[in-house]
Amino acid sequence: MNRYRIRTTTSRALLLVFAFIMSAFFALPLLWLLTAPFSTQANLAVKIPETPSLANFEAVFRNKFAIRALFQNNLILGGGVMVLVASIATLASYGLSRTRVPGRDVLVYILILFSSVVSGTAAMVPLFLLIFNLGLIDTYLGVILVMTGGLLPSGIFIMRDFVDSIPRSYEEAALVAGASSFRMFRDVAFPLVRPGVMVVAIWAFVNAWGAFLIPSVLLRSPEHMPASIAFYSFYTEAGTPNLTLVSAYAFLYTIPVLLLYLIVNWRFGFRFFGGIKS
Amino acid sequence: MAKTRLLLSVLLAFSLMVAAFGLAAPAQAQDGPVTLTITCRCVAGGVNNNLVVWLTTYVIPNFEKMMADQGREVKVELVEFGGSDEQLKEQYALDLSVGSGYDIMAFDGFWVPEFVGAGLLKPLSEVVGPEVNEWEGWGHISPGIQAILGYQGDVYGIASGTDVRQIFYRTDLFEQAGIELPWQPTSWEDVLDTARKLKEAGVPIPLQINAGTAMGEATTMQGYFMVLLGAGHHMYDFEQNKWIVSSPAILDALNFYKTVYVDEELGDARMQLLQDGRNRSFVEFRDGNIGMLVEGDWFWRSVMAPGSETGLENRNELVGWAKMPAKEPGAGYNGQDYVSISGGTGWVINPNTEHPSEAWALLSYMSSPEPVRAFELMQPRISFRDDVAVAGDPVMTAMAEALLPLTTVRPMLPEYPQISYEAQLMTERVVSGEMTPEEAMQAFDEAVTELVGEENVIRIPLQ
Amino acid sequence: MERRAIFSAKVGFLFLAPALAFVAVFLLYPFVRVFLLSFTNQTLLGTTAPNPEWVGFDNYRRLFDFDRWMRLGEFGSALKITTQFVIGSALIGQVGLGLLIAWAFYRKKGVLREAVYTLVILAWIIPETVVAFTWVAFLDRDFGTLNALLDAVGLGRPDWLFKHPLESIILFNSWRGAAFSMLLFSSALETIPPSYIETAEVAGANAWQKFRDIFFPLLRGHILTDLILITLWTFNVFTPFLLTGGGPARRTELVSIYTYRTAFHGQHEFGKGGAIAVVMMLINFALALIYLSLIRRRRVHG
Repeated sequence: MNRYRIRTTTSRALLLVFAFIMSAFFALPLLWLLTAPFSTQANLAVKIPETPSLANFEAVFRNKFAIRALFQNNLILGGGVMVLVASIATLASYGLSRTRVPGRDVLVYILILFSSVVSGTAAMVPLFLLIFNLGLIDTYLGVILVMTGGLLPSGIFIMRDFVDSIPRSYEEAALVAGASSFRMFRDVAFPLVRPGVMVVAIWAFVNAWGAFLIPSVLLRSPEHMPASIAFYSFYTEAGTPNLTLVSAYAFLYTIPVLLLYLIVNWRFGFRFFGGIKS
Repeated sequence: MAKTRLLLSVLLAFSLMVAAFGLAAPAQAQDGPVTLTITCRCVAGGVNNNLVVWLTTYVIPNFEKMMADQGREVKVELVEFGGSDEQLKEQYALDLSVGSGYDIMAFDGFWVPEFVGAGLLKPLSEVVGPEVNEWEGWGHISPGIQAILGYQGDVYGIASGTDVRQIFYRTDLFEQAGIELPWQPTSWEDVLDTARKLKEAGVPIPLQINAGTAMGEATTMQGYFMVLLGAGHHMYDFEQNKWIVSSPAILDALNFYKTVYVDEELGDARMQLLQDGRNRSFVEFRDGNIGMLVEGDWFWRSVMAPGSETGLENRNELVGWAKMPAKEPGAGYNGQDYVSISGGTGWVINPNTEHPSEAWALLSYMSSPEPVRAFELMQPRISFRDDVAVAGDPVMTAMAEALLPLTTVRPMLPEYPQISYEAQLMTERVVSGEMTPEEAMQAFDEAVTELVGEENVIRIPLQ
Repeated sequence: MERRAIFSAKVGFLFLAPALAFVAVFLLYPFVRVFLLSFTNQTLLGTTAPNPEWVGFDNYRRLFDFDRWMRLGEFGSALKITTQFVIGSALIGQVGLGLLIAWAFYRKKGVLREAVYTLVILAWIIPETVVAFTWVAFLDRDFGTLNALLDAVGLGRPDWLFKHPLESIILFNSWRGAAFSMLLFSSALETIPPSYIETAEVAGANAWQKFRDIFFPLLRGHILTDLILITLWTFNVFTPFLLTGGGPARRTELVSIYTYRTAFHGQHEFGKGGAIAVVMMLINFALALIYLSLIRRRRVHG
């Protein structure tokens, strides 16, 4: 074998080993989620249950409060935030890209800085007061609006490169042909930017799906609670987590985002575009 | 033209989205019958399930019927809360601060001073009216228990329960170690000797007493106070109205912790420093790995109850209890031989309620003999009314009779929670070996002095 | 890429209008309130709740009380722990790991790449509460998978969450966030014209030389952006609280957890909490400037 062949075989082997190590590292902590829900005596160990059973899932499904939290409230919150963030961030980054805005990048970065303050625990009481004054305590809308506000700057940031990389020639041609700016956006730019919109949409959905802090501060009725809070209904009388039920619920809680990612990745591919440069 | 259309379409899309996701109706119905809301840290099938069952199957149906018989249409809605006590407190603080919240709220007694200080709670007589004082129940509730939800002479709600604290032990492990039963130590040395014998007999954790900040108030109540009171005094001097920040008794208490966790390893320090330490202690006790555990009666009636996940089927055979001794006979607080401390919880009426008289009707009904008896049957606990006896659990009765006369309460002051935290931190520093008892006490002294001011602390000199 | 304007400022404004509305109401307004509150002793409970006082820079001064700020449980200690946490899990963990994976699979396709990428991204999108449970199980001294493996190869059973809490959360956070950097670098790498690489290979450059002379200079801007964002997000991440609760004995109390304890526990001192948040923002801004100066030192033309 010549040196080239040896080198490629070695590098192929190295890659295999690397891939194996990485896969193991990222997969191992999740194994518990595959075994604990199906065993009747769950503890913290990862053990293939001798008698796998679906009893835990049955018990979880009997808990109306937790099921509504997961299959209704989470979808409403996640969907609402996803639509708002994706649409507004796309419109905004398109506007920022196609108009002359001095210091655009610095502006967006400063907004991201602000959003880091506003999503922290220090801002929870002011946010509560704001939402109370808007009359939106214990409503889905209140939570959706607050989460959207917090995610927008980073969403705009992610969209930025997708939008920037669309060649202007198409739009200039459309302008010459007399199209309005909105039609230009809808018919020319948007289709090209769609993968980016998908990424931001998924990212926003995932953030809202897993959110705990803001819903716990702004929501009150058990009917509105999302899954992250519904976990508490699987605690015992004494206040300790009931691991069998908790793991089953965690399993159900994870499936939707997993499916969403797999589907989007298969249809559109899930990647950032052109890199995010500063 | 095009721009107006663009703007209009954007606005339309926006408002459609807004409408589509809906403005959910607020929890309370506004017209028609009067609706009362009541909330507690309780989840059907989860934490404090008994409360949910009692309220939804007994109290609410009977109350609504009672109201209907009087010609008033009142609906009661229970709002379950599943988080931690601390989260519930925070929710109360937020809601009350903006003038909302639920009509009747389960409340821990020691939150009252802080909330009153912030102007968030008002006395019952102010919220409902002077007819509150005519209630027959007051005559059946001792002043000490009334004071659980009281502050500076006013009463803010009706207490529903109090508790006592003692040492629980595994009779099977004691038998294994050849210790005579029933067991009642008379001094700290007794307790430590017993622990040493258990250790020799191979018990993994002979003695576990709460310490550290992870367990929060449970550390102060079941741990720190139990040793401090046994060492001679309280955290607060009720005569001089000052906090005791440095004294031989505090050092004694800390040295007890040091002996147990650092010097002789009679307890598992790791468990105290882990985040879920309290849960672990429940599991370890159930599994027979802990010989003695200093806890409250809630541990007996709720955690250990047969049928509970952390419970034991033959609890009554396997678990014994003993009074916590003072350091030596007569050396305890008030010259006592044994010590205990009690907390208390109850229900308050929201000063923002729109239906004060209906809320009072519900609250006084919940605290009247029949409903209280009904709860006793579900979960025997120390009764706050003298005309309702502890039912169905002779052990519970015995604990109440033995310990209620000896018990004391926490200082009901707004700064108490923060000072309690400093005490927890002090025990944590000793148990983790980070500081010596002297250093830890010094840090406690500094922190508390900064909190309340030099003029509100006293130091008892060390000989 | 040039940025020529395509339409007028007025039209641009229309596109920006919804975002501006949101930012004004749900971002700027709360931010200003938090900023102003940081100069008061406002709490939610106790007597400073209905009667807060303006205390000027007192909250800030108390954070930087150099006599005792390094004690466990104080701000200085939280800063120190967070700095170690950021260096370990953000700089080395997320950025390093993300870059490594992106580079390893550069221009490769197939099952291997898809598998690794999917797993990495899974770790990122699974809800917070769930990963907390799985990691507490994973790291358990007696039953956890990690120790089961380590024991099998004779490395014993370290008490991760108790004896090595900082390492545990660094490991956890690296695992949790590597995906973002991986995706960023992976698409950044795609912008490098393959001809550059091929030329280098023909010239006999090895992997390290390729990295140093081609990848790194061209990726500089991306690395900068990634560092700034990841540092900011890691400084504010709260999930480790679910693993260690800030303990044992405050040894993993990050600034976010310190803020939580200040603003949400006890008397809910959210005036002081606001001061902490503002200080953290300023620290991150300063770090961004530092990154900028370090990386932009030599401009690359090309």
